Amino acid sequence: MKEKKSFFKLPVVQALLVSLFCILLGLIIGFIVLLIIKPAGAWEAITTILKNFWNYTRTNLQLKNLGNTLVKTAPLLMCSLSVLFAYKAGLFNIGAAGQYVVGAGACLYCALAWHLPWYVCLLAALAAGALLGVISGALKAYCNVNEVISCIMLNWISLYLINMLLTNVKETTSPYTFKLSTAGEQSFLPNLGMGDALFGKNQYTGLALIIAILAAVLIWFILGKTKLGYELKATGYNRSAARYCGMKEKKNLIMTMAISGALAGTGAALLYLTGFTEWMTTQSSVPAMGFNGIAAAFLGGLNPIGAIFSSFFIQHITDGGSFMTKIGFPSQISDLISSLIIYLCGFVMFIKLTFNGFLDRHSKSTGTNVNAEPAPVQEPAPDAQTAVADNKEGGNEE
Amino acid sequence: MSLLLQYTLIFSSVLLLVALGGCFSEHSGIINIGLEGIMVIGALGGALVMKYLPDGTCGAAVLGLVVIGSVLFGMLYSLLLGVAAIRFKADQTLVGTAMNLLGTAAATVIVKAMNTAENASNVSSEISYIAARKKFLLVDGMEFNWFMILAVVILAVSYIVLYKTRFGLRLRSCGEHPQASDSVGINVYKMRYAGVLISGALGGLGGVVYITAGVSLWKFENGVAGFGFLALAVMIFGAWKPGRIALAAILFGFFRALSNVYTGLFGSLADGAAEITWLRNTFNFLGNVPGTIYNMLPYIISLIVLAFTSKSSAAPKAEGIPYDKGMR
Repeated sequence: MKEKKSFFKLPVVQALLVSLFCILLGLIIGFIVLLIIKPAGAWEAITTILKNFWNYTRTNLQLKNLGNTLVKTAPLLMCSLSVLFAYKAGLFNIGAAGQYVVGAGACLYCALAWHLPWYVCLLAALAAGALLGVISGALKAYCNVNEVISCIMLNWISLYLINMLLTNVKETTSPYTFKLSTAGEQSFLPNLGMGDALFGKNQYTGLALIIAILAAVLIWFILGKTKLGYELKATGYNRSAARYCGMKEKKNLIMTMAISGALAGTGAALLYLTGFTEWMTTQSSVPAMGFNGIAAAFLGGLNPIGAIFSSFFIQHITDGGSFMTKIGFPSQISDLISSLIIYLCGFVMFIKLTFNGFLDRHSKSTGTNVNAEPAPVQEPAPDAQTAVADNKEGGNEE
Repeated sequence: MSLLLQYTLIFSSVLLLVALGGCFSEHSGIINIGLEGIMVIGALGGALVMKYLPDGTCGAAVLGLVVIGSVLFGMLYSLLLGVAAIRFKADQTLVGTAMNLLGTAAATVIVKAMNTAENASNVSSEISYIAARKKFLLVDGMEFNWFMILAVVILAVSYIVLYKTRFGLRLRSCGEHPQASDSVGINVYKMRYAGVLISGALGGLGGVVYITAGVSLWKFENGVAGFGFLALAVMIFGAWKPGRIALAAILFGFFRALSNVYTGLFGSLADGAAEITWLRNTFNFLGNVPGTIYNMLPYIISLIVLAFTSKSSAAPKAEGIPYDKGMR
């Protein structure tokens, strides 16, 4: 009994259970919506979304479409890493979307206008994303501008800027940029033969996936095992305390945003340098990739390794949604489900408290009070909120 | 010139309504990032009313019902933020972001499902309301509509409510120092619900004004193209004060109208062509700037203003922090 209890109290297990709960609830609500639209086909529809590439019967096609999902998982994973890295350091990087946009702009312009090799394009995207992050970070550090607001402004500024920039390298007859295969062949990310070997001749899979997964491991390492990670997190929890301990809190803040921005910027390069898709220069809203990154980050329990799985899941159901039109349902149903999942992630703290209370009531071995228990490491909301509260209290008592 | 004036006024009234909504919510202590989503859902409410009202309905009834429809939809939708942020103390930025994504997704799903149910081959996300829209116009053939007058009235009412009534004082106190408000017997939770609901109502209304601006059908897949975020910029540039928000709305509305002139979005209007050429020539002294610049300007201006004013910010002090009775 005791062993079982300690198993359910492990932070990793709790984070996993809460995420699964959010997914389940999101799917149930999605299913109800489908039932309302057309009761007869609802079950088929929800299974089609969840099956995604298994909807194909031939193994070759299955693998190829799994590859397509994975190609889009790589940038999503980078965006979610960007969001979670900043969140761990006490900043809400809603600007991942904008950093993704400038990353896309930088790598595509380098590839299509200047015909630079892929690693230069990748670095350009990284630098562009980092630069945008630095702007938000510096505004927060020196001018006390809330990073959420500055990021929102920068999202739109970068969208219009990149649309304008990429108009120089677009097809004359369509709003899309040149295809990489015709105008920038030197900039393709190497596919390392992965597509041929594993994904049914899907030429888009390759280095991008490996980079994204390495990035996840690297972020896990930086956050958990290095002095840098410790300092950034400490600054996020309480700026004044960090300064009191001799940390350069302004530098740390800017550094957090720079790393965060670099991740999102690189993410864009991982998609656009595969030639999987082109940029549409007339798009009137910021691409959803950065916002879906928020979903993946929170669904993954704000853990870099968890983010790998949650990113795949989000992309999996998004792609599953594209089968919907064939069976008479709107494809946006999967956007609906994933946005519901993000919404439900806001309740993580509440769900955990309820869950722990339930566990305590059902195991009479200890009389611990839920509220007195130290918050699990992975728990996102209380950390940030107590940090804010600490700050505020500190200010009041001074 | 009148074209530019018409569109400046329309966009200004949209921005004014939505920014005032945001202003109420923030003064109560809740950051409402989800305004964009609220606008989409409000627009859906209004569009549904216009779609299902019989053609013969008199103008005043159409106007009234459309306003009620959009306000109700907006308020209901804003409860998603209210319940999560007030009752469950969720992260307001996270919930707001989710609401923006959810708004467009839900509206698209609903409209597409309805269109397909009516006609199996229709898979578009469009609602058209040609006849109903004409009833909002003050003068035939000109884009001056009743919503502009409504926006001005709401501006005046907002100012009075926020600064001249007991409710307004209490609302603002909850955004500045909720613990102090609670200590003198104000129910902080109720006040915050009120703030969020008002923002839902005004956001929803702004949504319907936006989709009836010069067009007679709306494709809900496109959402509201960032107007909710632009309204946030208006609110910040207006320093959370109704009067200044109105000025900011006019300025930013003018930029939006100008950019539409440049990108030729008015091309569909019959008398537009000659005037657009004239406008382009008139504004040539600014250099041959692309219309995109005017889309960017509001955000750049807000960012610069923020950079210079945030040290002693006018923003409500307690916004974004969930209120917990047990906290000191």
